[in-house]
Amino acid sequence: MAYGTHAAHGAHEHQDHVPGFFVRWFLSTNHKDIGTLYMVLAATAGIIGGAISIYMRLELMNPGVQLMNWHENPGHHWNAMVTAHGLIMVFFVVMPALIGGFGNWIVPIMIGAPDMAFPRMNNISFWLTAAGFCSLVMSIFIGGGAGTGWTIYVPLSASGHPGPSMDFAIFALHLAGAGSILGAANFITTIFNMRTPGMTLHRMPLMAWAILVTAFLLLLALPVLAGAITMLLTDRNFGTSFFDPAGGGDPLLFLHLFWFFGHPEVYIMILPAFGIVSHIVSTFSRKPIFGYLGMAYAMVAIGVVGFVVWAHHMYTVGMDVDTRAYFMAATMVIAVPTGVKIFSWIATMWGGSLRFPTPMLWALGLIFLFTIGGVTGVVLANAGVDIALHNTYYVVAHFHYVLSLGAVFGIFAGFYYWIGKMSGRQYNELFGQIHFWTTFIGVNLTFFPMHFSGLAGMPRHYIDYPDAFQFWNQMSSTGALITFASTLWWVFVVFHTLLAGRRVGANYWGEGATTLEWTVSSPPPFHTYEELPKVTAAAHH
Amino acid sequence: MTGRKRTVALAGLFGVGLASLVAGAAWAQEFVDLPHSGQMDLHHPATPVMERLVSLHTGLLWVISLITLFVLGLMLYAMVRFRASRSPTPSTTTHNTLIEVAWTVVPIIILVGIAIPSFRLLYYMDRTKEAGLTLKVTAHQWYWTYEYPDLQLEPIDSYMIKEDEWKKFSDEEKHIRPRLLAVDNPVVVPTGVNVRVLVTSTDVMHAWTVPAFGIKQDAIIGRINETWFNVTKAGLYYGQCSQICGKDHAYMPIAVRAVTKEEFDKWVASKKAANAGSPGSLTDSRPATPAR
Repeated sequence: MAYGTHAAHGAHEHQDHVPGFFVRWFLSTNHKDIGTLYMVLAATAGIIGGAISIYMRLELMNPGVQLMNWHENPGHHWNAMVTAHGLIMVFFVVMPALIGGFGNWIVPIMIGAPDMAFPRMNNISFWLTAAGFCSLVMSIFIGGGAGTGWTIYVPLSASGHPGPSMDFAIFALHLAGAGSILGAANFITTIFNMRTPGMTLHRMPLMAWAILVTAFLLLLALPVLAGAITMLLTDRNFGTSFFDPAGGGDPLLFLHLFWFFGHPEVYIMILPAFGIVSHIVSTFSRKPIFGYLGMAYAMVAIGVVGFVVWAHHMYTVGMDVDTRAYFMAATMVIAVPTGVKIFSWIATMWGGSLRFPTPMLWALGLIFLFTIGGVTGVVLANAGVDIALHNTYYVVAHFHYVLSLGAVFGIFAGFYYWIGKMSGRQYNELFGQIHFWTTFIGVNLTFFPMHFSGLAGMPRHYIDYPDAFQFWNQMSSTGALITFASTLWWVFVVFHTLLAGRRVGANYWGEGATTLEWTVSSPPPFHTYEELPKVTAAAHH
Repeated sequence: MTGRKRTVALAGLFGVGLASLVAGAAWAQEFVDLPHSGQMDLHHPATPVMERLVSLHTGLLWVISLITLFVLGLMLYAMVRFRASRSPTPSTTTHNTLIEVAWTVVPIIILVGIAIPSFRLLYYMDRTKEAGLTLKVTAHQWYWTYEYPDLQLEPIDSYMIKEDEWKKFSDEEKHIRPRLLAVDNPVVVPTGVNVRVLVTSTDVMHAWTVPAFGIKQDAIIGRINETWFNVTKAGLYYGQCSQICGKDHAYMPIAVRAVTKEEFDKWVASKKAANAGSPGSLTDSRPATPAR
């Protein structure tokens, strides 16, 4: 071990001055507690968002409208459910879990910082996100819900959507966006200024790199979304016409602004998962990560290129053919740094001494399934072929392979990897593996057939489909039920771990786990480091 | 049911008048492009654009399948060969410039190989310089209006057949005019002619889509988007609105009937005659159908 000091031993714990319940959880300025709050929010929102997807999959199990008939306006209700599912999963599950949760919990410890740079700002970041979630949930119940899809395209989200639902949804995005921008500023400041002596940028663990790149993406992308939805709000309520051609505006302006945010957003969701996977693969191969600098700069490259490809979501809107050609070429470029990451993970395993506990299974699952999602992304990048696939279930399959099976697998990988560290109690290995395998089977059964229904031409956002599509839809719905059962099993695993898990020491993964969080007790003391650890050239990342 | 009986049945359904009867006779045995249960691939191409699109997609499918299998193979090999029980001491290699350059350069070469035919397809499908016919498509919540700006025909509205109407169809009729795809007035186009399609909307965004043609074009208020097709095979082709557009997004299908040039001319003449017979009112000029 190259680390000079070990901050953690039992003695620290009585100097901790842990505040009382209300102050600790509602006025928290401690990065670990705020990380926990983010995770609780993400888990709660995840169960709600998952339940909505089951509701939709059950509706799609058979042709015809069966389940949503109770509603006076099933078509709109369906759209509202699609929108709620998308917005909840993106803004209130994946982002809070990966960035607010693991980022807050792990990154300061990994870089040897005593806490985040701005602990109070960290607190308001969380509560803005929580308030955003409340606003979004309200939008479902007030005025029938916003039925626009998560992309809230105008004019459907403007003139097409009278009533308060849409305004609540927009406000939810404002709140969550403000929370994320503050969080991003906090992470950037923390990572640039609060690394422990000896922790140079090029010795920094890849999770910290991932969060750093993600924070820059958030800081640059979210203000654009905020501007776009503010204009949308004034179009809706104050008589402006930024996006209304009748007043000289242009709906496509909104689409460009939205996707200028929306495309970096998908990298915002996956990069932290990449960071987590790098640590897990390295730990359970008992080898340092292969091509560390290449891995770090691949993420930087993904972040940079991610800002110049947005209009590949808009091949059908009638852009000039040269513009489409440019966006196609730029999009394909992203496959290169992504390939570097996939191959570097495999090279990390190569020659290692591999163990396969639950976190490693999730990480390997992510690598393979993200590869599938990545190659279908290359297909979709082709502006010509995309004409046949745009807004079909092929796209739904593609982005669930990279997000539901990429980012969400990353979340579960991180959960099993660090839950012992966070709670001091280890999950049950058999229970964890059951969770992995049932989810793995469930999600593949759900999303793989969607490629086929998409190729056959089934459009997205449909409450009902021609009878010919029933076969693949039934399979998808069956898979969704398996996945949801598996997720409920995970809820049980969480409680089992927290209440009855075996207590573990500082480094329960052994030799392969080399980052700083494994030098402090499990759980770490309330104030992680009373003396800063020192990092030297050896063992890092 | 014999062809003749079906013709009569169809003619009855499709409207009144000699024009419809003649047309009905021609359409009765027509090819119908439908998705089928368990379909795993794109629609069979009915235009040169779709032919090229399908062939590019087939090529891509090979490339991505091989890449995926290659990655899976490497992972499985590493998982078996380097498991702790067989490989107790991990190597300490963390860099290999040659291999890092290789896995950067090889993907670039593959991508360039994909991009060349892909650009060719993109520029080919963009628009047609020599259009034999212009079709204007206007989207509304939740139906389509078709116009032929050069032919002085009345605009034709095309609505989905509602489920209770659809249930009254004969079994055979249900098969060629499936639930959620059947419309009252399919748009009629000639085969072998470059048809320029102009797409716009009067309200929210929609997307005019015909999978077998390789066409998907967003309909946006305040804009006219252009695309084109040239149908090689007469028949009835279906598509569905492909941009979320409100509560009845799933209920505004597209049906295109491609007929030979002669039949198309006859159809145009009959429409003109019908229009002339009842000038003024739009509603009267439309063939009476059970759906409307």
